[in-house]
Amino acid sequence: MSILRSTLAKCTVFLSGLLFGLGLIVSGMINPAKVIGFLDVTDNWDPSLLLVMLGALAVTTPAFRFILKREQPLFESKFYLPSRTDIDGKLVGGAALFGIGWGMAGFCPGPALTAITTLNSSVVIFVAAMIVGMLLHRVVVE
Amino acid sequence: MENFTPVSALIGGVLIGAAATFMLWANGRIAGISGILGGILFPVKSEIVWRILFIAGLLSASLAYMFFSGASLDISVQTTPLLTAVAGLLVGFGTRMGSGCTSGHGICGIARISKRSFLATVVFIGAGVVSVFLLRHILGLGL
Repeated sequence: MSILRSTLAKCTVFLSGLLFGLGLIVSGMINPAKVIGFLDVTDNWDPSLLLVMLGALAVTTPAFRFILKREQPLFESKFYLPSRTDIDGKLVGGAALFGIGWGMAGFCPGPALTAITTLNSSVVIFVAAMIVGMLLHRVVVE
Repeated sequence: MENFTPVSALIGGVLIGAAATFMLWANGRIAGISGILGGILFPVKSEIVWRILFIAGLLSASLAYMFFSGASLDISVQTTPLLTAVAGLLVGFGTRMGSGCTSGHGICGIARISKRSFLATVVFIGAGVVSVFLLRHILGLGL
């Protein structure tokens, strides 16, 4: 890849992250109270998160279908997609652990990382612990 | 439902979807945040720069937002530091074990019509609902 092309590729990755972060902020998902408001179905339920997912899927579902018909992405020689299709205990157990933690603080990885620039102590604690959790998984399981 | 913000939720969702689409179209990668972060912690040489750039984009979004709005982000965490730390551990461990989080499974995986991602999304939302119910309404913890 030429230097110009590889620089352009890097810019598009950065821009994707920027746009993603703006979406998290605009949608309100950056705020744990908003996420808890969705997960707390018995008390003054706030369905906003559902609309965030539907809004995102309304774009990605048709767009991915169209893009994946192409032979390759713009700047790479192939698509890097997960290849597994089997259901196993790790998938279900991992998702369950994640969901429990998500409900405890109202943070999932994207909003927490995006919000770390606020230096809010809860966010810093959460992200540090999340990284430890990822390392722990590596040590214990992999 | 007085906290319901349908317009900003939809606009934000479309932006997130557009970001994931742009990523796949230009670079052929799935915009799954836990996978991107996990790949930085255990780096493979050719696979590290793009991950750092994507996360730099995320951080720039909040910095730019705070700079142009002149205010900090509205973040309200209604739990104790100890529970926040336990939550972080569970989210980190669980997303690696389950191969993804809200973005990778919930937005990209479902768009690819992945059976695994459908199931994971149902399980983590279900577990989140149960978790909040137990903490808030049974144990009455900190909320």
